Amino acid sequence: MAQAAQAETEVTGLATIAKDWSSDVTTFKGVPWGKAMMWIFLLSDTFIFSIFLTAYMTVRTTTAEAWPNASEVFSLTMFGVPVPLLLIAIMTFDLITSSGTMALAVNYGYRRDKRRAVRFMYLTAFFGAVFVGMQAFEWTKLISEGVRPFENPWGAPQFGSCFFMITGFHGLHVSAGVAYLIIIARRISKGRYDNTNFEIVEITGLYWHFVDLVWVFIFAFFYLW
Amino acid sequence: MSSEVGQQHPLTLYFWIWGLLFVVSAGSYATDYMDAGLLRWALILIFMFVKAGYIVAIFMHLKYERLALIYALLLPPGVIVLLVGLMYMESDYTWLTRIVFFGAEVSPERLPLPGTHH
Repeated sequence: MAQAAQAETEVTGLATIAKDWSSDVTTFKGVPWGKAMMWIFLLSDTFIFSIFLTAYMTVRTTTAEAWPNASEVFSLTMFGVPVPLLLIAIMTFDLITSSGTMALAVNYGYRRDKRRAVRFMYLTAFFGAVFVGMQAFEWTKLISEGVRPFENPWGAPQFGSCFFMITGFHGLHVSAGVAYLIIIARRISKGRYDNTNFEIVEITGLYWHFVDLVWVFIFAFFYLW
Repeated sequence: MSSEVGQQHPLTLYFWIWGLLFVVSAGSYATDYMDAGLLRWALILIFMFVKAGYIVAIFMHLKYERLALIYALLLPPGVIVLLVGLMYMESDYTWLTRIVFFGAEVSPERLPLPGTHH
């Protein structure tokens, strides 16, 4: 044990990567297995969303027809004035708010303050549900305006398929996240994780922050382009 | 570096990052009022990466993890840049094919295709 601790101090910086990976024991030292697994899952999810966004870029740069102007398509008329991307901006701020409450839940979890951790997890789930609600409103509005996966009134027909695919897959992640948060929060209150350091809150948080992270890229590439 | 008892950080850190994310998002939204161009694209990408960076580094605690995990997570997505580059290079060929072989009518807004004008 003392020998291991001594060896630990010998390597620093990049050399620790080689040392951790070649140590013939747990590679990700100090990381609970559940957290490592969640990270690996999120890495694979990163590739899924990247492929969607890359496919969208490929489609968008190859259409002969003009791409519908997202700024106009997603504008809402407030008091007679069209405000571009209003709902999308509110959805963005709602998701950041939920990320903040999640970060607080993780922090209270590690402080073993179960009551606050659970409360903030429910609050996060609430903001997530609000996001899904706003997305349902957005879909309803676009569908009523004639947007379909194969046509739309404003330009390149591929707009609809890209929109429904990308925001739909993201919305599915948010919905799953809301269910995940509620399930884990209930389990915490029932005392299932009392013998742990409550890293489960951080693991759930990783998934939730990832959902916010994906939205950052969707917002930039789908709505602002 | 991570400790055995998980990630312990002062609450003020999260409040700071939370506030910063709001500011960066507001900046990101503000780019929608700008005219299209290189400056707007640069700002969109800068705000995007700054925001993503804060979420991953602080909220997801990646900054505080060991390098073995950081590199395992950040290096693989790097190949996506290659995919994006290849797909972008391929797109003007597909675009021409649509016009030459399928007789697609070209909207004036789509000329010249980005990347083809020199």
